[in-house]
This record gives sequence, structure tokens and C-alpha cells, in this order.
Amino acid sequence: MADRTLVLDELSKSYGSTVALDRLSMDVRPGEILGFVGSNGAGKTTAMRIVLGVLSADSGEVRFDGEPITFATRRRIGYMPEERGLYPRMRVGDQLTYLARLHDLDARSAEAAARLWTERLGVAARWDEPVQKLSLGNQQRVQLAAALVHEPDVLVLDEPFSGLDPVAVDVMSQVLRDKAADGVPIVFSSHQLDLVERLSDRVGIVARGRMVALGSVEELQRTGAAELVVVAPHAPPGWADHLPGVVRTSQRDGRTVVELAKTPSAITGQALGNADNADNADDADDQEILAAALATGPVHEFAHRRPSLTDLFRAVVRESNEPDVAPVLTKGQRR
Amino acid sequence: MNRSVLGTVGLIAGREIRTRVRSKAFVITTVITALTLVALAIVVSVIQGQANTSKIGVAAGLEQRFAPVLQAVAQRTGKDLQITSVTDPAKGRAQVSEGNLDLFVASTTPTSVTVVVDSNLDAGMQAVLQAALQQDIVAAEVARLGGNPQAVAADLASAEVRVQALTPPPPYDPQRLFLGVIAGILIYLALMLAGQMVAQGVVEEKSSRVVELLLATVRPWQLMTGKVLGLGTLGLIQMTFIGAAGITAGVATGALDLPVAAAAGIVGWLLVWFLLGYLAYAFVFAALGALVSRQEDVGGVVTPVTMILIVGYVLGVSVLPVDPYNTVVSVLSLIPALSPTLMPIRLAIGGVPWWQTTLALVLMLATIPVLVALASRIYRNAVVRSGAKVRLRDALR
Repeated sequence: MADRTLVLDELSKSYGSTVALDRLSMDVRPGEILGFVGSNGAGKTTAMRIVLGVLSADSGEVRFDGEPITFATRRRIGYMPEERGLYPRMRVGDQLTYLARLHDLDARSAEAAARLWTERLGVAARWDEPVQKLSLGNQQRVQLAAALVHEPDVLVLDEPFSGLDPVAVDVMSQVLRDKAADGVPIVFSSHQLDLVERLSDRVGIVARGRMVALGSVEELQRTGAAELVVVAPHAPPGWADHLPGVVRTSQRDGRTVVELAKTPSAITGQALGNADNADNADDADDQEILAAALATGPVHEFAHRRPSLTDLFRAVVRESNEPDVAPVLTKGQRR
Repeated sequence: MNRSVLGTVGLIAGREIRTRVRSKAFVITTVITALTLVALAIVVSVIQGQANTSKIGVAAGLEQRFAPVLQAVAQRTGKDLQITSVTDPAKGRAQVSEGNLDLFVASTTPTSVTVVVDSNLDAGMQAVLQAALQQDIVAAEVARLGGNPQAVAADLASAEVRVQALTPPPPYDPQRLFLGVIAGILIYLALMLAGQMVAQGVVEEKSSRVVELLLATVRPWQLMTGKVLGLGTLGLIQMTFIGAAGITAGVATGALDLPVAAAAGIVGWLLVWFLLGYLAYAFVFAALGALVSRQEDVGGVVTPVTMILIVGYVLGVSVLPVDPYNTVVSVLSLIPALSPTLMPIRLAIGGVPWWQTTLALVLMLATIPVLVALASRIYRNAVVRSGAKVRLRDALR
């Protein structure tokens, strides 16, 4: 795993009897945007703070470029802490220049970098204002500028989008995409799952300190419960309840949503990275359901519905709170 | 790497200095303190001038006989008299009530003198008049007995008390007592203000969470040292400015009758002890500040240290000017926690044995590294723990 990959290897951290991280592992590859999601208190912030060395792990290791991370490599990370951190009374320009200089840029390049990023993030007009006079959205932009001002090799951003208007979200998204295109590995946490779905190459879902799912949105969707939407106006209530492979149905106005059981083959198929197998595994069930639906009368619509990231997230978090459920593993995760 | 490590500390110190120098509060406080000292010097010189010179009017007929006696007696007690003769007693009274004269000697009989004052006669002047009258009576009696009143007066003028002390105290100048008090106030204020500034600065970084961003690039000790050195440099500049302004004004207005070398020595010692006291106290203030996350909590957490400063200051300015060689205070002034507030006062007053000066310095220099090591440990462990106050015991682990 050399080549500018950021690896979190089996990180564990406890505060007294509270387990914050339980052997959490993930890797962020160069040029990849990894969305890091999980409920409040799941361990996202703790993991990020350990990467930055603000906290130390009880066990486990963070590696970058194949080497255990050191103070010197950490300085190459651009970091946006969960709770925003800037000097409230220091001017935007001075502040960014100062932060760049702390990262060893000389005075002139530091100011140039600060100018560049205030320009790109749309806060250049605020250069001479103290940070506390800015709106929260603009403070957030300055905070991102602070993470970018030393041209970092890695970006670790804790909730970079919280509190931003849609325009600012677009600006930030574009900046992240551009940095990824330069080959920078990026990990960001967020509760805005639609945004994560749109922006991330891969998503890691963390629950109770463990990485319970890690993969591209598509991969994760296949591990989620498959659903069929059937519009058969004449179907009687409960028509699909006893068909093989059906977990649950709900019916309204002639529209039936059929939740299918995850077949072992479906998961295996994904673990092998073979999408065709996965689809085939579902096929056996859905054809039987279609036949049953047709038997009730006309069928106007019959479709697979892919679970959204929100659905997946809910399902994964629900599952991980049940005892003795093995984490879902996909090809993105090392054992 | 070494250069970069020191460069980082320099950058951090530089930020502290720039931020404070730009703040109006800092500039105003410094200028006002310096102006206060200058004003004090002027007031003192005016009061001193007034206290030693009295304008006295004497009624016609008295200027020949009584006035010279009065002048001679006043000179022996260190008073300057401006004696004018006033022919019209009514005019003399008017001049006293207008404030042009402090005193009008209206008449004398062989055994009494009648003086006119505005409200009351000050004790010093009363004694002078009393002595002058007695001398006048003696002179009259000597003349009646056929002696030489001038010779008697000369003998009286040269009469003196010779003291043979078995353990003479080291000589000190009363006005240096006053200087000692000023030095005490200055060093106390400087240490207190700079210390509080350090603690507040640490908490500002903690409460704004900028410390998390900073610690991703700099080490905790660099951050703490940079802050302490930056604010210390400022304090030193401030102290030099205020001290120099005060001493210069004192010497220039004549409020202080000191050789320039002695004046410079007092300011020099003040700076040395500020520097040592600051190094010892500032790191402790930084460490204690790191224990809390809100500005409201700073006052509480630094109280034990400010108490030590206050105790030293109060002891120093209340005991030393009255009893400069107080044994208890002299011993306490050697202890590192109290020496930064007590020693500068003693040194300004003067008469400190060289071995005490040296011992206090050595003990202080030996204590500073220990305090810095402890403070670094506390700071490093506490500064990223936000929320509730971190217990000192946990931070020391």
C-alpha cells in the first residue's frame, strides 16, 4: 500500500469504559474522495483526530505512503477540525498567511497561497476583516482555505459542508474534485448523505467505532436490501407476503413495495467483485414475484429500486446495533 | 530542522507581539502607566519644593532682631524661609488670607510671639518659632548678664548629637524607600498582567479550537514557548519604557535626588527580576490556562498562583518601606516563589548584602527549568482536552 495512500489500520481508542474506536480500518487512495459517514458519536471525529496526531490511539497504526505516519508527514495533511478553529480576532489574510508560514512556506509564498485560496473560495473581499466578523458560511470557507493553504498531500476534513448554502457547497465540492484530480487522497465526514453519494468515490460507514461498510455507493447498494416496486392495481392485499425470498411488503393505492431477502449468493458475488453474479442471484426471486403479480391482473410497472445511501445507512446502523452481526465486507476493505 | 523548529517558535512569538502591539488597549495601558509615573514625579517635586520653602512676613521692627534668629534656626532644621518685612499689620493679615504669605509674625514680647496663619500652624514651623523665641530669650538674658549673645548663638548653631551605634544599619536613603514601593508596584503589575495575558491567550486558542489546527503542524512545547516568549518580549519592552520614563522624569524634575548610575541600577534590577519572575510564572500560567476551555474559568484556575504574587507584593510594599531590614521578609525574598516580587523592592531600597542577591538569583535560576518541565507536561496533556476542566493530577500523568 505505498504510493500516497492513507491507511488507518485497526485503530482502537477508549475513554474509560467508553469505546470510541474498535479496530477501525480504512484506506484512502490517492485521487480518491472518501465519504465518511456514521451517527453522532460513532467515532468519525476520533478517527480523524488520531490521523492528525491530536489524539493518540490505544492501538493500531496510521500509515501514509507505506510508512507509519510521523510528525513531519502529518504536517503535509490539510485538516479541517470538527469544531472550527481560527483566531477570532485575527484578520483573514493574516491568519491564512500565518498558518501557511507555520507549514514552512516563506513569507511571500505564504501570502500568495493565502490570496489564491481566498480568491478561489470567494472570500477575497474579506481579506482585512477579523474572522469573527464573517458570516458562519464565510468562516467555513476560510477554514477550508486554512486546510488548503499549504498545498497539502492529504486532506482530512471533518464535516466541511455543514452550514453551507448550496452555492458554497458547489464551490467546495469543485475544490475537492480538483484536489482529487491532482492525486490527493481526501477523506471527509458528513451527515448530508445525498452530498456524500454525489461526491464520493467510496463511502465508509462507521457505527459504534467500527467500520461496518466500505465501498463505492454502487457496491454498498447491492449489499442493502433489494426492493421491487410493483404497480398491479387489482392485486389483493398481502398477495406477495408468502412468496419465497420476500421479507416484507407494503401496499398503497395499488402500488406494492416488496423487500427481498439478501441471498448469500448476492453478498458473496459482491465480495468477489462480480456484479453479474449478484444480479443473477436476485433474478430467481423477482421472476417468481412477477409471475405472481401477473396472476392478479395487469401489471403497469415492475422495477428494482436501489436503496439510497440514506436507506443503506439506516439499515447498516440498525444492524450494527444488533448483537453478533458481522460487518459487511466489500472488496474495498482489507481484512 | 533545528532552524525550522526555532523558526516556528519565532513565528508564534511574532504573532503574539504583532497582535498585542496592534491592539489599542496595550498601547493605551503602557502610555497611561508611563504618564502616571511622570505625573507622580512632577507632583512629588512640587510637594517637596513647597514643604521646604515657607514665605514669611515679619512686622516692622522685627526684621532686624527676630528675623535673623528665625532664619538661622530654620536652616538648622532644613527649612528654607523667604522672609519679607511688612510694615502694615493689616496688609500682613490680608496677604496670609490671600495665600501670598504662609505666615505673618505680627509681634513679639520678651516671652511670646504672635503669628497669623490661614487656618493652623504646621508642627515643623511651630517648633522653629518656639526655638527661635527661646534663643531670643537666651540672647536677651546673655546680653543683660554682660555676655556675648553672638558667641552663644554660634555655639548653639554648632551644637550636635553624636551617635555611636553598636550595630549600625546599612545606610539607606529615605527616598529610595519610595522608589522601592514604585518598583514593587511595577513588577507586581507587570508579572500579573503578563501572566494573565499568557493564560488568556492559551485559553483563547483552546476555546476557539484553533489549537487543534495548530497542533497538527507545531509541537505543543513550540506553541507554549512561542506564546510565552512573545508576550515576555512585549512585557520587557513595556517595563523598560515605563521604568525609563519614570526614572527619567524623577531625576529630571528633581523629585529623585539620585546619581544616574544608581537610577540605572534600579531599572536594571527591575528588568532582571521581571525577566526571571516572568519565565517562572508565565509557564505556570500557560499550563494552568491549558486546564480550562472557557475564558470565564481562567480567573479561578490561576488563583493559587496570583495569590503567591499578591502575598509577595503586599508583604513587600507594606513591610519593607517601614522596616527595610525586616528579617522575615529578607528570608522570604530569597525563596523563588516570592523573590520576583520582594527582591526588586529590596534592591531598589538598597543595602541588600551581595550574598543574598546572589543566592536569590541562583535559587530562581535553578527553579525555572523545573517549572518549565512541569508546565510543558501539563500543557501537552491538557491543551487538546476541551470541555470540562482537566484535573491537574490527570494532566501530570
